[in-house]
Amino acid sequence: MTRFATLWHKELLRFFKVSVQTVAAPVLTALLYLVIFGHALEGRLQVYEGVRYTSFLVPGLVMMSVLQNAFANSSSSLIQSKITGNIVFVLLAPISYLEFFAAYVLAAVVRGVVVGAGVLLVTVWFVELRLEAPVWVLAFALLGAALLGTLGLIAGLLSDKIDQLAAFQNFVIMPLTFLSGVFYSIHSLPPFWQRLSHANPFFYMVDGFRYGFFGVSDFPPVASLAIVAAFLLVVSFVNLALVKSGYKLRS
Amino acid sequence: MREGEFFGLLGPDGAGKTTLISIIAGLNRADAGSVSVHGHDVVSDFRQARQQLGVVPQELVFDPFFTVRETLRLQAGYYGLRRNDAWIDEVMHHLDLSAKADANMRSLSGGMKRRVLVAQALVHKPPVIVLDEPTAGVDVELRQGLWQFVRRLNRDGHSIVLTTHYLEEAEAHCQRIAMLKDGRIVALDTTRNLLGSFSGLEFRVHLDRESLPAGVPGRVIEADGGQFRLRLANHLELEAALARLREAGASIREMEVHPPDLEEVFLRLTGRAS
Repeated sequence: MTRFATLWHKELLRFFKVSVQTVAAPVLTALLYLVIFGHALEGRLQVYEGVRYTSFLVPGLVMMSVLQNAFANSSSSLIQSKITGNIVFVLLAPISYLEFFAAYVLAAVVRGVVVGAGVLLVTVWFVELRLEAPVWVLAFALLGAALLGTLGLIAGLLSDKIDQLAAFQNFVIMPLTFLSGVFYSIHSLPPFWQRLSHANPFFYMVDGFRYGFFGVSDFPPVASLAIVAAFLLVVSFVNLALVKSGYKLRS
Repeated sequence: MREGEFFGLLGPDGAGKTTLISIIAGLNRADAGSVSVHGHDVVSDFRQARQQLGVVPQELVFDPFFTVRETLRLQAGYYGLRRNDAWIDEVMHHLDLSAKADANMRSLSGGMKRRVLVAQALVHKPPVIVLDEPTAGVDVELRQGLWQFVRRLNRDGHSIVLTTHYLEEAEAHCQRIAMLKDGRIVALDTTRNLLGSFSGLEFRVHLDRESLPAGVPGRVIEADGGQFRLRLANHLELEAALARLREAGASIREMEVHPPDLEEVFLRLTGRAS
């Protein structure tokens, strides 16, 4: 237990020590999105009955921050350790692949949830927000962060250089988040794009998370949660297999 | 390797020293064969095996997010140890790191970072300590301090494995030596026996003439003006050589006799002798 706890603690310290960059900066980014999109679209779009556009936007921005930061935490920590070589300290120690996996992913969950909570705390002053079913909010935040933390760990394992990781982030994570319905309801899309959105796992995370606030969603939240959990399971399985085989860690 | 031994692993670049150490430490996996540390297989019983090992890596790696003390506490935690600050303080004291305990790793000089690497390898009091080229790029003062500390650990019962390019270091510290070439052991014996197995002497003499008198035993390695370097089998041959020179009326301006050193053994075994 000490081994896992220490590695987890180290991963938490790593981002807390540079929290201006890892927490404050993403909170500011989310706030800018709210100001710009809120100002541009307020009054022109109404997604749900009786919900102002800015109120609709906030949970989306919170979830986007949770997901992106969870991914950033595990992926950048691992790639930095690989490039600087200090990953050797972890590899030399009697830490099992399960402990390794859990420490990185749980640290990513904490980072995602901390940044998400920060975005919520800052934006809640500007918009009116209901909280219909907080349990869903928490469930989607935790599962979503775990899924992205796991994906981040995979990306960190597969990449040898920072630019490979950046490509993963720019060509996979960013499009999937932006097309997940953070800024709109997929019901406003043409049928083809609606169907395509259903293939995007990020859609279920954002949609289910938003359900926790307004009690309304594009897709049944139970089904969304099941889909997210299934994705998490599959991705974790792949990840564990990679870590166990020592892929790009132990030659 | 035997328990409590100071063991040297020598070989030219690319001989497989670091690969071998990486296999022992679990950083690499062997294509064939098995390795165990104190009876624990490094793959199937990796927890116990790694717990027995303290490895000082060759590369000067560090985590720029932490101070020296944080680095050591984290490393201890990776080995399942909580609150072993007393030992961490002791290790820092012996490695002259106490004054830098709260300094960030980034701010340390190369030599200081090397000491932290040694300290990290010792936080869990491993019975077996592996030093991979520990003195590469390290100044003389630290080198001396490091050897004193390592010898003390060896006296306290720790087994030491050393890889080095510096043959004189191996000669000075190791009780037994394995010489590697192309991934194979070409010699494995006590340092004394290895040196003894090449009992030859190198005889350097500066004469008053340009040619060596006929009948002087040994093999001429180099002749330059009146200066000669000869390889002799033993001290009897040396005596014969001196007698022959006297007979021939040659007078000696200067002379030196060199006992065999590991370098010579090494070069002969790895097939690069002159």
